[in-house]
Amino acid sequence: MHDFFAVILTTDFAYSVLRVTTPILFAALGALISNRAGIVNIGLEGIMLTSALMGVLISAYTGSAWVGLLGAALGGVLMAGMLAFFTLQFKTHLILGGIAINAFAAGGTIFVLYMLTGDKGTSSSLSSKVLPSIDIPLIKDIPVLGPIISGHHVLTYMSIIAAIVVYYMLKRTPLGLQIRAVGENIHAAESVGIKVKKVQYIALLLSGLFASLGGAYMSMGYLSLFTRNMTAGRGWIALAAESMGRSTAVGTTVTSFLFGFAQALSNALQLLKIPAELISTVPYVATVLGLVFYSISVSRKANKLMNKPK
Amino acid sequence: MFKSKHFEYYRTASVLLIALLLTFIIISFVSGQPLHTIYIFLYEPISSLSHFGNVVEMAIPLTFTGLALALLFKMNMFNLGAEGTFYFAGLMASFIAIRISMNGALHPLVCIMFGGIVGAAISAIPGWLKAKWDVNELVTSLMFNSILYGVGQYLLNYKLRDSAAYQTASFKFESTAVLSKLIPGTRIHTGLIIVIVCVILAHLFMYKTRWGYELRMTGANREFAEYSGIKTGRVIIYVHLLAGLIAGIGGSVEVLGMYSRFQWNALPGYGMDGALVAMIAKNSPIGVVGAALFLAYIRVGADMMSRYSDVPSEMISIIQAIILLLVSADQFLKFWKNRMLLKEAQKHA
Repeated sequence: MHDFFAVILTTDFAYSVLRVTTPILFAALGALISNRAGIVNIGLEGIMLTSALMGVLISAYTGSAWVGLLGAALGGVLMAGMLAFFTLQFKTHLILGGIAINAFAAGGTIFVLYMLTGDKGTSSSLSSKVLPSIDIPLIKDIPVLGPIISGHHVLTYMSIIAAIVVYYMLKRTPLGLQIRAVGENIHAAESVGIKVKKVQYIALLLSGLFASLGGAYMSMGYLSLFTRNMTAGRGWIALAAESMGRSTAVGTTVTSFLFGFAQALSNALQLLKIPAELISTVPYVATVLGLVFYSISVSRKANKLMNKPK
Repeated sequence: MFKSKHFEYYRTASVLLIALLLTFIIISFVSGQPLHTIYIFLYEPISSLSHFGNVVEMAIPLTFTGLALALLFKMNMFNLGAEGTFYFAGLMASFIAIRISMNGALHPLVCIMFGGIVGAAISAIPGWLKAKWDVNELVTSLMFNSILYGVGQYLLNYKLRDSAAYQTASFKFESTAVLSKLIPGTRIHTGLIIVIVCVILAHLFMYKTRWGYELRMTGANREFAEYSGIKTGRVIIYVHLLAGLIAGIGGSVEVLGMYSRFQWNALPGYGMDGALVAMIAKNSPIGVVGAALFLAYIRVGADMMSRYSDVPSEMISIIQAIILLLVSADQFLKFWKNRMLLKEAQKHA
């Protein structure tokens, strides 16, 4: 137990929580936007994976990390666009469409990787670029806080900014209002002249954009290369974070950090003598537990409302 | 000639044709010798008895998971836990097959039943959570897949691992536990009989029993079913139990029929493919057989292709995704149906 706290109560650990939360937070924000527009984006996992590969490929071929990031974003938005086209135009079942996107990405990334490099496992033969980390002046010199907050990857800071932007966008902008109106009641929104399909398209594409930044972070920050199935369920964890966060920007951000904590814990505990196989399940167990507690509290509340004397 | 009531069949057939066409297009882009590659892809799976045997061998696990998912999808439950259930039940069956000696005929049966019961128990958890507190079954079941995989790898590495084996694998199964081969010249095993029995029972269950009726009612409209007196929570739980049982039996049969040790070092993927099988089959247990055979055929074709040509077998997952997208698309080819309806109406007018 002493060892356990010795691992957790360090600035390194706090730093790593921020580090591993980044992709989850990005994807959860993506989940939030599309969910608010009434579309569950099950394809987050696949979108992230595609972007992770795109970032590596484009940065390797252009030699620029930032162009790589652009490519990753483009790849993610394209995948989201494909999902949007099928679900909104062809009325493909939302969940099955998302599952298809994930399957497409899981096999497609390996296929493309193999065709380009002859390797099915990693992109180690490509000299892909990594986005820089940033030291924040002044703050970096503060003891304890400095080493935790400063020196992170540029996308880590962007994920925090993104959370604020999404909060503001949903609350204060006409687009946010339209998205919420569509998600709340699609027919009411239509009756007041909102172009429902257009709003849902925009929401899904934005959702893809945010998830793609999470994917880019995976291969251009968290690691410096692409490995098969490297997102390892983060898209799904993000969906759970969004629903536990009660579909609000603040709640989603908080729960993303909660799951980031579980993930960091699982990474840190590997230093102790607990079998790695079991440790690796910690984030998933945490997600299930979180979701169950959340659902219990929701159904309790619903029961209370029902039994209230009129 | 074309009747609108058969529209779903035409649409599924068109989707499969489009998918095959797309396969050819991709092959001709990436292959040095496209025609030869396509020939391998289409012809190799049926070129010899042993290759056709491969198709049937692969169709067996796909049918199991397809059945499990068809039951769940029919009830409008998107539980993808069959993947983890299949894997973990296979491991549990291996435990019995390695650790316990038994009389020949009984041994595989006990292994398979044990795997099935473990599968049912695992699968019931997301179902129970869904029925009781409306916990999203899709997310929990996917998390369960990862958890089961971690626990399974732990058990394999620390409890069952044979350090003398050339790779990460368990000790050898007792020879009494292994399923015997059914057709000489192939690896088709007695699991074929078990899967056929399961298909028939699932069909009878779904269409000829009260529980099956309750399942279909709950799937069509849970609130309406609840109002008409069906305890939908109970239905959700027993369908999950049943789906887990089938997936568990499937995993056990696969392990005992195809291998002499437990050697999965990744989730085998049959659970996810089962979703595609169930969708192509429109959740009909009999249809699952055809869908599983089709999928097995293109999978074996892709395997042969990666072995004898320059195109990797992962290409097939792109095709699978396209099939899934189109087959579950309500509006796809709807204009065709409308035209058929119009013609029929004019004829009767």
